[in-house]
Amino acid sequence: MNRFSYTKTHTLEEAIHEVIPNDGTKFIAGGTNLIDLMRANIERPDHLIDITHLDLHQIEETEQGGLRLGALAKNSDTAYHELVQKRYPLLAKAILAGASPQLRNMATNGGNLLQRTRCYYFYDTATPCNKRIPGQGCSAIHGYNRIHAILGTSDYCIATHPSDMCVALAALDAIVNVKGREGERTIAFNDFHRLPDDAAHIDSTLRQGELITSIELPAKGFEKHYQYVKVRDRRSYAFALVSVAAALNLDGDSIAEARIALGGVAHKPWRDVEAETFLQGKVAEPENFEKAAEMILKEAKGYKYNMFKIELAKRAIVRALTEARDLQTPEPLNCYTYNRHHQL
Amino acid sequence: MENIAEIKQPGIAQGQQPASEGQLLPVQLNINGKNYLLHLEPWTSLLDALREYLDLTGTKKGCDHGQCGACTILADGKRINSCLTLAVMYDGIPLTTIEGVAEGDTLHPLQQAFIDHDAFQCGYCTPGQICSAIGMMKEGRAQSSNDIHELMSGNLCRCGAYSNIHDAIEQVMEENINPEKK
Ligand SMILES: Cc1cc2nc3c(=O)[nH]c(=O)nc-3n(C[C@H](O)[C@H](O)[C@H](O)COP(=O)(O)OP(=O)(O)OC[C@H]3O[C@@H](n4cnc5c(N)ncnc54)[C@H](O)[C@@H]3O)c2cc1C
Ligand code: SF4
Ligand code: FES
Ligand code: FES
Repeated sequence: MNRFSYTKTHTLEEAIHEVIPNDGTKFIAGGTNLIDLMRANIERPDHLIDITHLDLHQIEETEQGGLRLGALAKNSDTAYHELVQKRYPLLAKAILAGASPQLRNMATNGGNLLQRTRCYYFYDTATPCNKRIPGQGCSAIHGYNRIHAILGTSDYCIATHPSDMCVALAALDAIVNVKGREGERTIAFNDFHRLPDDAAHIDSTLRQGELITSIELPAKGFEKHYQYVKVRDRRSYAFALVSVAAALNLDGDSIAEARIALGGVAHKPWRDVEAETFLQGKVAEPENFEKAAEMILKEAKGYKYNMFKIELAKRAIVRALTEARDLQTPEPLNCYTYNRHHQL
Repeated sequence: MENIAEIKQPGIAQGQQPASEGQLLPVQLNINGKNYLLHLEPWTSLLDALREYLDLTGTKKGCDHGQCGACTILADGKRINSCLTLAVMYDGIPLTTIEGVAEGDTLHPLQQAFIDHDAFQCGYCTPGQICSAIGMMKEGRAQSSNDIHELMSGNLCRCGAYSNIHDAIEQVMEENINPEKK
């Protein structure tokens, strides 16, 4: 790990003004991604600002009938919060599908959004990587790319965003509240993470020195019909190969509104509004879910080792939508479990 | 400064360069009910502070990447991976390590159950498994045998003693619900 100076801040103003306006300052929250990357010499901040003492831990209802999740609220406290469990069980389930109980006790909501890719070449400083050093080239495109993206890739980077929580937040149309020296901004969730294009080193639209203060959920929680399906190499404590957050509002047999977001397939949580609009007014049945899945994956491009993800994603979409439709009584969300009766 | 053991710099952690005076930050760690005042480099992980500076070597370093759970301790009663955080961030926060779970000579029920069930082979993962299980029981979310599997998944056992680990934990949880099973 490189040498750095460290300050603990107690107010938002203090934290924002403590930032030295260059790349060398970083905020630290749970530390579960940052410390790991610092140990691997991928992140080398000169200065760390400890933000864990800022007053951003609350989870509270908004005037618009939604819920505001403090940036420093822990992932575990968020997933088990009474209102999240009751009104946004899709989010609770997605969070509980990620990492381990210990890590969720440390990880904060703000940090979860800004966690970096798990591309093995990104972690291996001996191999070229455009995300680590722009212009070096991408080792994954012609390398072992089993965990990599199939949608929205570029010739510069085919990495995925590894978060589970963010997939649910994308489906729920969350908003990210941020504050920097220039003031406050709100960023729609879909605009928060970006595609790699020719600047793979930039993960999000957050500006240097800006701090995430909270994440806001709109009133609509899709608590009656939702499902988070996470497909991975082992049943627990592994990143997603493909994940799907599905949410439906049903009007009898037909779909009043559908939301579908995918994880593990792109540089950001993947939403496809066209496919969602297609489902609107259609009967909630697998034939229509399959058509929507085809639409979402029609531009998908597989690489040597991740071709399987295209078919896997389609099946996971159909399964998530079918299980969302069939959800009878809300499940107790003590932990992530999956329905063993459904075969992929 | 009563009841505070001041520890200046009993040694330099493995693989670390000696720091210059200015880089040392005072940190008061409260571990198993005892206070320790240390002067640490900011990049010292909580795990290294325990093992290298305080000689509390019960907490293990398996991966140093958050992937194995061997370094699990309790901070404010909640289980965390001590390898992925900095000691300076835990100033004043009550910590419990495996050294602090027994009551005098009486083992914690989980320690006893691990012995009774032969829930280890090499024993390297055991302190983390036990601290994690204590944390899980406090959380109160594990309602079934399957839940225990899922909620203990943050602790790997390279020897594969999983089934006995699981049985030891399940037994203690059952005893807590129904003391007659003891
Ligand atoms: C072994 C392992 C397995 C994992 N498995 C999963 C998984 O399956 N699914 C999953 O979703 N995640 C997984 N994770 C990732 C984990 O969820 C993230 O590491 C965690 O959410 C990051 O949050 P943090 O608070 O620890 O962030 P930190 O490490 O503190 O920070 C991460 C980044 O965010 C910045 N930052 C933090 N808070 C703010 C803020 N408020 N404003 C501005 N910048 C901020 C920091 O500067 C840093 O750049 C895993 C992690 C590990 C180590
Ligand atoms: S996919 Fe992206 S992160 Fe991975 S090696 Fe290529 S540029 Fe780097
Ligand atoms: S040493 Fe901390 S999780 Fe492995
Ligand atoms: S007993 Fe050897 S690692 Fe678990």
